[in-house]
Amino acid sequence: MLDQARTRWHPIAAAHDLPLRHVFHGQLLGREFAVWRADDGYVNVWENRCLHRGVRLSIGINDGRELKCQYHGWRYSNRTAGCTYIPAHPADAPARTITNRTFPAVERYGLVWSATDEPQGEVPEVAGLAEGEFLGLRGIPVNAPADRVVARLRGYSFQPSGRIDGNDAEIAVEAAGDFSVALRAREGGAETLAVFFVQPVDSNRSVIRGVLNSDAEGAARLAVLRHHNERLSKLRDAIEQEAAQAPAPEPIAPQFERLPAELAEMPELTAHGRKAALRVQVARKWQAADGIAGFELKPLSGLLPTFQPGAHIDVHMPNGEIRQYSIANGPGESDRYVIGVKLERDSKGGSVCMHESVREGDVLAISEPRNNFPLRRDAVKTIFVAGGIGVTPLLAMAQALHHQELAHEFHYFTQGESQLAFRDRLDGLKGTLVPHLGLDPEATGAKLREILSVYKFGMHLYLCGPGPMLETARKIAAEAGWPEGAVHFEYFKNTNKIDDSSSFEVALARSCMTLKVPAGKTILEVMREAGIDMPSSCEQGACGTCLATVIEGEPDHQDVYLNDAERKSGTKIMTCVSRAKSARLVLDL
Amino acid sequence: MQQSRCTDPVILNLWHPLAALVDMQPGVVFDTVLLEERVSYAHDGQGEAAAWRSFAGLPAGAAVEIDQLVETLPVKVAYGYLWTSLGTPGELFPIPEFAEADRRKLNAATLGVNVSAPRAIENFLDMGHFPYVHTDILGAEPHTEVKEYDVEISVERDEILATRCRFYQPKASTVSTEGADVDYVYRVPHPYCSVLYKSSPADESRLDVIAIFLQPIDQEHVRAHMMLCVLDDENEDKIIKRFQQTIFGQDKPILENQFPKRLPLDPRAETPIRADKSAIAYRRWLSQKGVTYGVIPAAT
Repeated sequence: MLDQARTRWHPIAAAHDLPLRHVFHGQLLGREFAVWRADDGYVNVWENRCLHRGVRLSIGINDGRELKCQYHGWRYSNRTAGCTYIPAHPADAPARTITNRTFPAVERYGLVWSATDEPQGEVPEVAGLAEGEFLGLRGIPVNAPADRVVARLRGYSFQPSGRIDGNDAEIAVEAAGDFSVALRAREGGAETLAVFFVQPVDSNRSVIRGVLNSDAEGAARLAVLRHHNERLSKLRDAIEQEAAQAPAPEPIAPQFERLPAELAEMPELTAHGRKAALRVQVARKWQAADGIAGFELKPLSGLLPTFQPGAHIDVHMPNGEIRQYSIANGPGESDRYVIGVKLERDSKGGSVCMHESVREGDVLAISEPRNNFPLRRDAVKTIFVAGGIGVTPLLAMAQALHHQELAHEFHYFTQGESQLAFRDRLDGLKGTLVPHLGLDPEATGAKLREILSVYKFGMHLYLCGPGPMLETARKIAAEAGWPEGAVHFEYFKNTNKIDDSSSFEVALARSCMTLKVPAGKTILEVMREAGIDMPSSCEQGACGTCLATVIEGEPDHQDVYLNDAERKSGTKIMTCVSRAKSARLVLDL
Repeated sequence: MQQSRCTDPVILNLWHPLAALVDMQPGVVFDTVLLEERVSYAHDGQGEAAAWRSFAGLPAGAAVEIDQLVETLPVKVAYGYLWTSLGTPGELFPIPEFAEADRRKLNAATLGVNVSAPRAIENFLDMGHFPYVHTDILGAEPHTEVKEYDVEISVERDEILATRCRFYQPKASTVSTEGADVDYVYRVPHPYCSVLYKSSPADESRLDVIAIFLQPIDQEHVRAHMMLCVLDDENEDKIIKRFQQTIFGQDKPILENQFPKRLPLDPRAETPIRADKSAIAYRRWLSQKGVTYGVIPAAT
């Protein structure tokens, strides 16, 4: 019977077992769960085990948006259970595939229902029990197998709630199954339907979860609860005595599934090209500021992949253009991606299409989120400098730091108040937001000099905005003593004029392949033609997705992703725009 | 010869700690459990000690003359502890610093933990948990980074060595007020024992030695013996001990909530990160040795 039980829905907790920011330790058929409700109401049922070193997640911390493991502080996102941050390696973005095992969750009759395996059908709906009009009884744990508990429950006797002081109720079994019994008690004109669901915790442990078909108020309610508590406790004692006579069945051995092979090793960059793997619907489109449209993108079905602050998606537009947009979400907001699109009249038409053609309800193709601009959370203080629409990735980062109460300042440069985008999210940052409005380039420089005047060891700076502003800010930071490793930046686009006149040879060390790159073609294009599936996104040297390691040869850098130290080291190259100064380049691919 | 409940020859033939000598009253029988066997032990206060499989005629608390005993187990007194073996033991690993006269040598604690010995060793080797488990003592947010370090399996000495380990400690010593990176060296010279070397606040040129010797009660329970061999002329024993007991008390609930309790050696059982290099080496080393007790061997 327990084998069939695996694909059935069972109650695993009462709704009130999940108070604000608590993690409940549940168990079904020998499998432990960490059950927690996020601040947005979503109930998460996860395997009770951190993927890293097996520590129970039920002793972790529910911060309302993410669950943090107690052992090493790994953070897992609401809904997807994807890992968003690994503190031991603050400069790396965790591979999005590090995802905990999740189980379905449905709330009905004041209970949380789940299943250890893919459940067949829906959560049982009981005739005579109405949502919103029932009374849940205290869960009664019993040291006995579920079938024994169900058998004895058929003989449970109780008074209808309207005649709680009587002692002559007539009991009828209305329905009974392998894990439930419905009883109706009648006395005089009063009658009450009581449905008992028996949760098979383990082979020899169960919980009786009773629900009555009518609620009561005040003292009457208390009397009903007490009545059932006393009678069910007596029944429990009788069942346990009976069960103690029989040999106890072996506990169900917990199963620990093997990880996918790629998670057994330190995660590497995923190898896929510019693919639109996801379909999303525009759930909401609104004016986020003057000239900036906000979009909320929701999945057509299932869950969206986990994102980290700093991540971007490629949006494949109806007019064939592909554009990158940073995700502005805060931590744990995993049911949608929020992006901001600035209208650029004189560009190739991507933003015009988003502003004028895309409407609420439209379906868009997007890539999975990719993070080439990861946020460290080990800074003693983090300074954000956003210019215009460059606010989006930094907003996601600042919301994460704000939620974790890590020190930061958020400097936001725009032409005027009406250009401040995502006001609701900015308001959430409270005191850390410092808007700088209407400054000309000279005044902007002066303000940046002031903001960046003090560097202390352990501080980090994140910049995103128009190219000239980033150049100025990076220069000022360098002059003020900020080391390059503490200055992180993301350009919207590469405004360098790309010189693709050179021709050279590229050797791919791991693929044992030598390719000729002629003038007019990029390394990336030549590799694609040869069947090498290299991930890429913006394909103009700004986003960092197509990064490769150089083993030999001198790169001719033409991107805006690498910083000066990385360029000088000669060990990295953006394959979408950069080329070779030497006749031959050997890449670790 | 009595059949042992542990059938792993690697583990049976090792020396295992039973107790700190300072915790044993001379001439009196004590008993404990080793590898699911009841074992009794005693010493005479003159440097002689004995261990034997317990029998009803000589219960714990009874007086004993150890030279009268027959059918005893191998014994060794080393690093302040009594060691025995249920098999045929070889050499016990060296800790040369223990011979240095100016060091304080203490048993900081003997503590039962509901976990396998290898899980406890991995915890001892791990730096990434300092800010989360030993908050404001061995680490503090936001300083969470585990910097690159080196690990080697020394073939000659048959032990694991992790060097160049550094971790930010909020109060680097009793005299400092500022945080700083503290240096660590870790050795695993025995499947169930590890030795840690750490910058000494008292003498910059030398290292404090802290060792953990795990007595396997069974596959999923240990008694952890914490040995200190430190440079400290100032603090009373109880201050030094209390510090280590606090640290260990913080690790205990984490260890007891790890599942499975035995250490899985299948590389696909758990996700490692670069910071876990020493643990990966340790798991590989146990696999190579063919250890099966206290672990879940990888399917072959």
